Amino acid sequence: MNKTNILPGFKPALGFTLLYLGLVVLIPLSTLLFKTLQPDSLLTWQGYIDIISNERVLAAFRVSFLAALLAAAIALVLGFVIAWTLVRYSLPAKRFFDAIIDLPFALPTAVAGIVLASLYAPNGLIGQPLTGLGFKVAFTPAGIVVALIFIGLPFVVRTIEPVLQEIDASMEEAALLMGASRWQIFQRIIFPNVFPAALTGFAMAFARGVGEYGSVIFIAGNLPYISEIVPLLIITKLEQYDYAGATALALTMLLVSFFLLLTINLVQMLLRRRAEIPETLVPVVAV
Amino acid sequence: MSIILNNISKHFGNFSALKDINLEIPEGELVALLGPSGCGKTTLLRIIAGLERPDTGQVLLKGEDKTYQDIRERGVGFVFQHYALFRHMSVFENIAFGLRVKPRNKRPSEAEIQKKVHALLELVQLDWLQNRYPDQLSGGQRQRIALARALAVEPEVLLLDEPFGALDASVRKDLRQWLRHLHENLNVTSIFVTHDQEEAMEVASRVVVFNHGVIEQQGSPSEIYDNPANEFVSRFIGDTNIIPLEHHNADWLALSGLSIATNANTANEVHVRPHDLEITKSNNDNAATATLKDWQHLGALIRIELAKKGVNGTPDIIYAEMPNEQFKRLQLGKGDKVELRIRHAHWFDAA
Repeated sequence: MNKTNILPGFKPALGFTLLYLGLVVLIPLSTLLFKTLQPDSLLTWQGYIDIISNERVLAAFRVSFLAALLAAAIALVLGFVIAWTLVRYSLPAKRFFDAIIDLPFALPTAVAGIVLASLYAPNGLIGQPLTGLGFKVAFTPAGIVVALIFIGLPFVVRTIEPVLQEIDASMEEAALLMGASRWQIFQRIIFPNVFPAALTGFAMAFARGVGEYGSVIFIAGNLPYISEIVPLLIITKLEQYDYAGATALALTMLLVSFFLLLTINLVQMLLRRRAEIPETLVPVVAV
Repeated sequence: MSIILNNISKHFGNFSALKDINLEIPEGELVALLGPSGCGKTTLLRIIAGLERPDTGQVLLKGEDKTYQDIRERGVGFVFQHYALFRHMSVFENIAFGLRVKPRNKRPSEAEIQKKVHALLELVQLDWLQNRYPDQLSGGQRQRIALARALAVEPEVLLLDEPFGALDASVRKDLRQWLRHLHENLNVTSIFVTHDQEEAMEVASRVVVFNHGVIEQQGSPSEIYDNPANEFVSRFIGDTNIIPLEHHNADWLALSGLSIATNANTANEVHVRPHDLEITKSNNDNAATATLKDWQHLGALIRIELAKKGVNGTPDIIYAEMPNEQFKRLQLGKGDKVELRIRHAHWFDAA
């Protein structure tokens, strides 16, 4: 049977998709891979291992991925609460709050970095009281996490918000009437419905955080072994004309990020399959 | 469990949804709250369930004041218009939900849950659907699952909010019958909200008619149909011809057999059910006459469209109904003159 399509048929659509994915994503990324693997490449296998197993490099990887994971996790919790507030309560100036959430998307990240650094600096508006309490945020790994939360938050809010909007509030009322406690309602009704979207938001915030450069370098302090991130190390190597070293780091980063995102996508696929309609079942017509 | 509502009022901003409602529902009844949309019937149902708090008044269940009691401890089962099934759970898990969320010391064992859910699935005749998800069910099936889910926690009161409102006509008809039989078997006090007067009359043992936040009338379906308390109830329940008592109608009514002098003290409107109009073929110009315009088959009945002389010569349309056979015997055609007799009428003082 011929299905009616609104956009031009399957072939041109697929061709278009592949062409642009290729031009924009695949070719630049695979160039990185091919450059590294060329026989006349400056980078030998042993050289690669040496660069990657360098203490300072390993520390940078740890800082980059742990900070991104932690920030994405915190952004997930904060983002859920914000999305919940925006969806479930009628606030004055809701539109205004809504616009503010997207601001990190639009702001040059370097500006965000400078502002955050001056706020959280030991003599800054927020940094000063924190220092009094014994916390040091700016120029430590904690500063990196703060910057990455700032960058990642809108991803979480924007992915969770539409799903929360769609949840039928009468499901919660039904659960309440059947005797469920508030926690049980969250755990058994709201959470399973929001989880796939939350995972997407988390993955996006994480992916963005791993690659973030502009906002982090201003607040991180960039101390080797402590608060130095991989993107900064790549830039440093490039500035020293160490192209092989930069490529090795970039390639590793690409692979690790890709596998993490792939894992998250697989989890989501499994979740979706569990809730999906088995195709063998015929639609039910009878009453 | 009996339900008593004392002086319930509820406002939403400036809008007064319920005004001083007093209602008593004896144990085991199946009651319909009937009214046009926006009349406050759903709000009242939600107040009984505890999903809304009344501004004033009390809700007594089994004689106990439960107005401010926690929803979870009311023993109320609720069925929503749009089912509100948990879409991420199978049919089985939907029904088991109320049992699984019980506190640990009251929670039945897995074997008991299995047994109970299967018993409920059999009650709603959908045992074969236990592994499906709500998205895979038809509307009628979803509503029956929603009902089974509400019954799982053994409620003492069952509340249904427009339970058949989102279903198509033939399914609705089947489910009405089914609900009445179910109620006969379970005998749990049940209240359902509807805007469909036919549904209320067919299912309920007792009908409460609402309008603008007040109770207009309550009683058995036949009481309400035969003796509407006021003009609104008469209009809302069943079909009726509304004839204003103006001068040109007065004579006409007198000729059709209604004595205005004895009835029209304060009334200014006469309501005549279509089946209370008797028609005979006529050549007599003096009798209350009308012209037959058209007719429609309603199955066993024929609805006859009649034009009678109105103000300034424009015709007023009135409807009569009679059995098919009787209409055939009269051998009437379009444009024929007919004589009318009104067997029975209701007189109202309409505002």
